Amino acid sequence: MTAWADDIHRLFQTHRVTLVSMVPDAGHSRLIELCQGDPGIRTVTLTTEEEGVALAAGAYLGGARSALLIQSSGVGNCVNMFSLPRTCHLPFFTLVTMRGEWGEFNPWQVPMGQSTTAVLEASGVTVFRADTAADVGPTVEGALQLAFQSRRRVAVLLSQRLLGAKRFGEAVQ
Amino acid sequence: MTALDRRAAVRRLLADRGGLVVVTGLGASAYDVAAGGDSPLDFPLWGAMGGAAMVGLGVAIAQPSRTVLVVTGDGEMLMGLGSLATIAVERPHNLRVVVLDNERFGETGNQATHTASGTDLAQVARACGITDVRTITALDDVDRLRADLHSTEGPLFAVIKISADVQPKVLPPRDGPYLANRTRTALVGATAALDD
Repeated sequence: MTAWADDIHRLFQTHRVTLVSMVPDAGHSRLIELCQGDPGIRTVTLTTEEEGVALAAGAYLGGARSALLIQSSGVGNCVNMFSLPRTCHLPFFTLVTMRGEWGEFNPWQVPMGQSTTAVLEASGVTVFRADTAADVGPTVEGALQLAFQSRRRVAVLLSQRLLGAKRFGEAVQ
Repeated sequence: MTALDRRAAVRRLLADRGGLVVVTGLGASAYDVAAGGDSPLDFPLWGAMGGAAMVGLGVAIAQPSRTVLVVTGDGEMLMGLGSLATIAVERPHNLRVVVLDNERFGETGNQATHTASGTDLAQVARACGITDVRTITALDDVDRLRADLHSTEGPLFAVIKISADVQPKVLPPRDGPYLANRTRTALVGATAALDD
């Protein structure tokens, strides 16, 4: 069901992504496990998402390609730090799991979820979106190529419909 | 106790630096490093406040055979406190972070930072899990720190207490692609431009 995560992991390998930083999200679970189990990839857990933007810049200066895994709520935390790869013309690649859209139960997730694309685009990040499992591989592949071959700032949004809306069925009322 | 002159402290810290990579925070710490000369191994930030330590971690991870020194100010470090926890967890053997602590936001008119009211960045670093932590108040101790930068294994964090006197601005280059490309080329060689 989450074979698309395996597709992304394979693409990380073929595109020589050797560093993956993250603020974990349930939607990234499978991909995080695959990266953590891969001796060719170093994973770094962050305290806040903008750390990963700065980490990616430093890694690229040192010759390493990296990816940042975050949830849509973390995009807003990155805004000023995006000035670093943007001003220095550095490649930057992030995978964003979406909240606050299709099927959302938590109203607190909606403001950032609804402004994710606008915030990224206003920050100079090119945005692609995958809505189906079959879409993920080709979307991520093209995004990685744009980021690292053309040195652009690129985000792929993994939609809430793809991930499945979270429910609080187990919560005590 | 007299707080140290920042230029003298940084000059001593960078003496005989060899292949040391230096990432600076924005503002006065960048000028202090520039005052000692401009190098392709220097990557001064002109913005991205709070990001200097993480840029340093990125370089350190990608270049394990190089020693990477982050030189930043107390205001810049306060904006990225979480990165001290991340660095503590990652334990990069080749990363050193030195905070020039004048207890002021120097670029904006020398307003007091939190360290003026008791926030101790060395204690923060220690509490995050970095074990080699120093607070330096004498120039002779800067010499010891300089020697240890090049020989220690494991992350090192130091606070150098400096005077709040404002020094003349010595500006490093500020064109982002120029700064990034020359550092990348210095670190990975001529293939940096090919990316293959």
